[in-house]
Amino acid sequence: MSDVRLIEIKEDILSDNAGLAEELRRRLREKKTFLLNLMSSPGSGKTSLILRTIEKLRDEFSIGVLEADIDSMVDAEKVASRGVQAVQLKTGGFCHLDAAMVRTGLDAFDLDGLDLVIIENVGNLVCPAEFDTGSTKNAMILSVPEGDDKPLKYPLMFSVCHALVVNKVDYLGLSDFSMELLRERVKKLNPDISLFEASCKTGQGIDGWTDWLAGEMRKHLK
Amino acid sequence: MHELPVTQSILDVVLRHAERHQVKKIHAINLAIGALSDLQDEWIQSYFDYIGKGTLAEGAKLKIERVPVVFRCRACAGEFEADVREMRDITCPTCGKGDLELVSGREYYIKSMEAE
Ligand SMILES: Nc1nc2c(ncn2[C@@H]2O[C@H](COP(=O)(O)OP(=O)(O)O)[C@@H](O)[C@H]2O)c(=O)[nH]1
Ligand SMILES: [Mg+2]
Ligand SMILES: [Zn+2]
Repeated sequence: MSDVRLIEIKEDILSDNAGLAEELRRRLREKKTFLLNLMSSPGSGKTSLILRTIEKLRDEFSIGVLEADIDSMVDAEKVASRGVQAVQLKTGGFCHLDAAMVRTGLDAFDLDGLDLVIIENVGNLVCPAEFDTGSTKNAMILSVPEGDDKPLKYPLMFSVCHALVVNKVDYLGLSDFSMELLRERVKKLNPDISLFEASCKTGQGIDGWTDWLAGEMRKHLK
Repeated sequence: MHELPVTQSILDVVLRHAERHQVKKIHAINLAIGALSDLQDEWIQSYFDYIGKGTLAEGAKLKIERVPVVFRCRACAGEFEADVREMRDITCPTCGKGDLELVSGREYYIKSMEAE
């Protein structure tokens, strides 16, 4: 115990991650690949929306999926069966993806041949909001059964997303979910967010979402 | 909720610096963690005890300081501290506007380590 000394470190884990994320974004711009980070609670419809999105956009764009659903190969298989490249990340119980994990996942793709990679992030509205993945845009899903009060409970998630898909609108009317109130709460946190009402079950409203995504992609790929 | 990955990052950073400074043993690590993080101090310590086994940081004590949540108002540029438990409808105490920017409260900052 004689010569214990104080060694300064001065590093922020989040800012290290932010630096790595910027590096990823640079690489993706060079490769002309759009990276979409899709987040939601478990069961809100991430896999369903990815399948719908692939259906709509695969004639125009080549698409890959980076799957981080905890300890399951099921989703990657579901996606791969649509003829789309899918990579399963072993998140081992981690509650979110960080830029380093995404970089590892992207290394498994040939980015030169890909226009769009969709990340299915770990199902959780807290931790993924804190860590920049290097994505071009962030999107989230809130499903009607989860309630219109979620922006109050998870403000950070709603403020880091560029688009919000309100999924399972086929359930509207079965609870006291108010779309008006939701919009108001979301816009207060994030006035610039694009909001889409959709049902992955019936297909209603999917076009609005895919039009937005395709528009953002064209801007990015130009 | 993300004690494990955050703790792993802390260990990685600290070991990198330990090598640079030719440290033999790390006794303590001084951290500043934002109040918005829901990390529990006890959990971080017990994860750290687990993943630190067999490294220079085995048994090191994590000393955690909480950084308050501070917002800057985009309308009047005033800064103010907010209570995390009352994050619902935060408005600027000076001008009453709600267009705010987070200045601090999210960090996972490794300040220093005590080592020999
Ligand atoms: N009724 C209804 N069910 C949906 C809708 N979208 C997804 N589901 C169902 O919700 C469940 C969870 O969906 P999934 O896409 O696996 O959610 P994930 O966990 O976020 O990937 C599945 O049983 C889907 O069939 C929808 O718009 N309406
Ligand atoms: Mg899924
Ligand atoms: Zn103000």
